[in-house]
Amino acid sequence: MLQVILSTVSKWAIPFLLLIIPLCGIIKKVPVYEAFVEGAEEGFTTAVRIIPFLVGMLVAISVFRASGAMDVLISLIRPLMVALGAPPDVLPLAIMRPLSGSGALGLATELMKVYGPDSMIGRMASVMQGTTDTTFFVLTVYFGSVGIKRFKYAVVTGLSADLTGLLASIYICNLLFK
Amino acid sequence: MLNVIWLLLLISGIIVAAFNGQIEVVTEAALDAAQSAVRVCFDLIGIMSMWLGIMKIAEKAGLIQGLASFMSPLLRRLFPSVSSRDPAMGAIIMNLSANMLGLGNAATPFGMKAMQELQRLNNNQPEASAAMCTFMALNTSCITLIPATIIGVRLAYGSADPTEIVGACIFATSCAMAVAVSLDYVFRRHSRWGGKH
Repeated sequence: MLQVILSTVSKWAIPFLLLIIPLCGIIKKVPVYEAFVEGAEEGFTTAVRIIPFLVGMLVAISVFRASGAMDVLISLIRPLMVALGAPPDVLPLAIMRPLSGSGALGLATELMKVYGPDSMIGRMASVMQGTTDTTFFVLTVYFGSVGIKRFKYAVVTGLSADLTGLLASIYICNLLFK
Repeated sequence: MLNVIWLLLLISGIIVAAFNGQIEVVTEAALDAAQSAVRVCFDLIGIMSMWLGIMKIAEKAGLIQGLASFMSPLLRRLFPSVSSRDPAMGAIIMNLSANMLGLGNAATPFGMKAMQELQRLNNNQPEASAAMCTFMALNTSCITLIPATIIGVRLAYGSADPTEIVGACIFATSCAMAVAVSLDYVFRRHSRWGGKH
């Protein structure tokens, strides 16, 4: 039942917005097409402005991953994860999550393929993937797009939130699914 | 902070690659990543343009201001420096709503729009304002009511109950969000980074 509701909502969300917003515009006598074009004009400049920031971040993350440095980090943290009650197989996902959205989704998909979505590992991977956001992408892209160079405490806040989300995912999965 | 992390990622990568005797991996990874970054940005142009266009209609129809004034009791506390009538508030609300519905590709354009408006209020300084940090804290930890992507993956691999993880996700993000908002509040008030904002 829940599944039907959720999949209906997620299927309809975008068509609904695309219908209801222009309709409201017409009712309020907004020249809808002209307004759309006026807004859309900003899309190009905004997207292009983030290129240098994204290149900088993705290059560093990619070197870190491909070189095997990430695996070294994983093997260092592994005992801690086991002590916390998490299967060590989900650790790469936990580390990848704040760094790269597509990388994390790839790892989560892989875990579900190997262990099955209804295994403990599959469920924990799902919750981790659905919980935290790609902090580094969000920070570099959003701050980058407006030329902010000093992020102040936003990095610490974002990473603390990621860590909390991770620990909470482990805790709740052990509680609900064991 | 980010300078240190960035440098650490690069240096540790290069040292480990050299140690493993496969330094050429670094070259390949760096060049590939640089190209794929540009591809991501180009993919974003179309999506950004579409959502910013729709948002302009919503703005002119007064929808966003309506939503902003509805939510202003909450938002006034989170963003004391931003007036609820400011366009920045509208974009912040659109971004958080899109995040909650799991519409990732709509959330990014609204978020970047929100940052532009906040940067205007920040007088285009190169240093993040307190409101920006709060917005980032909310954004990176925002509750997702419908984690559509991961439900899709679970369905694809034959889960008996693809949505069983929704409750757990909401619990875990709520914890993350509570920590993010409280930390942000403490930093804003007491930190050496806090400044005069």
